Amino acid sequence: MNPILELKEVVKVYEKKRVVDNVSFGVTRGKIFGLLGPNGAGKTTIIRIITTIIGADEGAVFIDGEKLNAKHPADIGYMPEERGLYKKMKVGEHLMYLAQLKGMSSKEAKKKLTYWFEKFEIKDWWNKRIEELSKGMQQKVQFIATVVHEPKLLILDEPFSGLDPINTNLIKDEIDELHYKGISIIFSTHRMEQVEAICENIVLINQGKKVLEGSVKNIKSHYKDNLFQIHFEGALPELPSNLNIKQQQGNTIIVQLENDKDSNGLLRHFLDQNIRIQAFNEILPSLNEIFIKSVNQVSYE
Amino acid sequence: MNNLSLVIQREYLVRVRKKSFILTTLLTPIGIALFYGIVILMVMYQGDDHVKIAVIDEGNVLQLERDSTSNILFQKETASFDILKNNLAEKGYNGIVRIPPIRDLYNSKLVLDYYADKSPSLEIKSKIENWLDKQVSAYKMEALELDSKKLSALKTKISIESKSLQEEEKDKPGSSVSSEVAAMIASVMGMLMFFVITLYGGMVMRSVMEEKMNRIVEVMISSVKPFHLMLGKIIAVGLVGLTQILIWAIFIPLILLVLTFAFGLGGDMPSNLNLPGSAGAMAEINNPETMATAQKVLMEIKAQNWGMIIPSLIIFFLGGYFMYAALFAAVGSAIGDDLGESQTLTLPIMLPVILAFYITIFIVVRSPDSSVSFWSSMFPLFSPIVMPARMVFNPPIWEVILSLVLLIISSIFLVWLSARIYRVGILLYGKKNSLKEIWKWTFYKG
Repeated sequence: MNPILELKEVVKVYEKKRVVDNVSFGVTRGKIFGLLGPNGAGKTTIIRIITTIIGADEGAVFIDGEKLNAKHPADIGYMPEERGLYKKMKVGEHLMYLAQLKGMSSKEAKKKLTYWFEKFEIKDWWNKRIEELSKGMQQKVQFIATVVHEPKLLILDEPFSGLDPINTNLIKDEIDELHYKGISIIFSTHRMEQVEAICENIVLINQGKKVLEGSVKNIKSHYKDNLFQIHFEGALPELPSNLNIKQQQGNTIIVQLENDKDSNGLLRHFLDQNIRIQAFNEILPSLNEIFIKSVNQVSYE
Repeated sequence: MNNLSLVIQREYLVRVRKKSFILTTLLTPIGIALFYGIVILMVMYQGDDHVKIAVIDEGNVLQLERDSTSNILFQKETASFDILKNNLAEKGYNGIVRIPPIRDLYNSKLVLDYYADKSPSLEIKSKIENWLDKQVSAYKMEALELDSKKLSALKTKISIESKSLQEEEKDKPGSSVSSEVAAMIASVMGMLMFFVITLYGGMVMRSVMEEKMNRIVEVMISSVKPFHLMLGKIIAVGLVGLTQILIWAIFIPLILLVLTFAFGLGGDMPSNLNLPGSAGAMAEINNPETMATAQKVLMEIKAQNWGMIIPSLIIFFLGGYFMYAALFAAVGSAIGDDLGESQTLTLPIMLPVILAFYITIFIVVRSPDSSVSFWSSMFPLFSPIVMPARMVFNPPIWEVILSLVLLIISSIFLVWLSARIYRVGILLYGKKNSLKEIWKWTFYKG
């Protein structure tokens, strides 16, 4: 199956600055994909290219194997970081308008909206003005606007910025549900802890360039330092000679294995000495560490 | 295209349903009516004090024993001034006027004495003077053996009517337009264009700014092309303007007509009343001179070559509106979150509008064929305001067509240019944008 989205060597230049510089990546159908990067890395520009808001100077974008064209916005649901609504409009009217702009008929839109209004238990909002709603309520409306036309590809740019914990969870649950239904989701953020929890694959952009790409699992194991945390009972046992203790705190030690050594050997060593191991786990770097590491690497170069 | 019509529909409905729109649309005619009503009432106000005045006619000027105007009663008294003076109040008089014998009939100045406890109000004073004036002239006419018919024959009102010397223009309708009337029509046209451009252009600008500041714009342009969003807005605001003007065009004359009837039937209008506007003009209808002027204005209006003026007027209107509204939209998109900078950015647009307006009022109306008038009616940023005013004076047809063609070409160009600025501007937040930067945006690729 071809990827839902594919970027091939996309370039965007503003006043001689390459804001997006030769970026290629693909988004697997039905997966949650993280588009990561520090502020000003070019994430939003890339999203704007995908959503046909701006055109790429070089390279190509394919959606569902088809070159990006004017029909595609109807297949995409985009929730920008800078988002807002017409304050004076009524909620129902507003959503009808946005749905119809995505090519839905008014009947269809009405039906879908009724479904969402029931789901979010906000049926009595239909005739309220947007300005009467609280910020969190407006975010719900915004979310409905993004998904009402049942897009194949959902792009969420910093979806949780400005949300309180309750609404964050609500949106998270919705993302999970849409994911479950098989919708492909691009999730753009600079907040790594969210990515780790949600995304399967990521691409890391810095200063317009692609720095990293792959599944979260692979990236983590690629960046791992072979560190293991061992929690045992009794006194500190004798350790193999090639083992380097990084940290010791009571009955917990952190050790680093040599690159080609396998952790089973270490475990066996403990077991052979009849030491009771209470916990043995590999310490993987957090995406945040990887993120900082790779971003700094680039800026030192 | 479907999205464009959706945008137009929303932008139009949102505005038309606004309370402020309904209020201004309905209140403006009512306000105008109220204003005229009050003015008329004020002019018609007679003063509520009734005054009785004794006239001691020492010079035998009066022909009547008793006479009265609306609220003043004049009574000829034969008693001497000294007697009268002492029992003024008992007889119910407010004052005494003495008319001494008129010795020099050729003296055009006459000062009469008015005695009273209280000096008369300005209104009463002028009424007494008017009345005395009439009495004295009647007396003088008789004494000088003048006949009123001969007298009025002396008053000749002369006005110049210009006729073209060129044979082919002689029969052209409108060639005999008297310049005052034409100037009036021209100023009105210039003014109308000026207000349409600034009022509705400003509306487009504010709306673009609002969208940008609300951050709705990025949501919008992920489903609508920026050009469609801008164009839809411009068209919708234009339609709103048309709706408003149409309502006014129906209601204002209607209300004025009703008002004129109400007052015209009810009261006796002072004949020397000279009000601007139709209510006043209607009030003056009895005056033959006013009648003639009114007829002349009507004639001039009829004499205009409307078959040509109206279509070209519509094109000037549309061209001017689209051009300026697009520019206003571009400026609105460039304004960041800081409203202060809007002034520096709108100035370059307001300048030509204001300049064109002044050229129309001060130059075109006075000398429609001068080189300034000609060139400014060719320059596209001026022509929507200047040319409609000039057209009243029947410029050569090729000039109108050339001006129209130039306007159409440049409006298309400026709408295109504005769209390029708009597209970039709406996505840039929180940045101060100089004119130089904005100029650079026009070169950005899609």
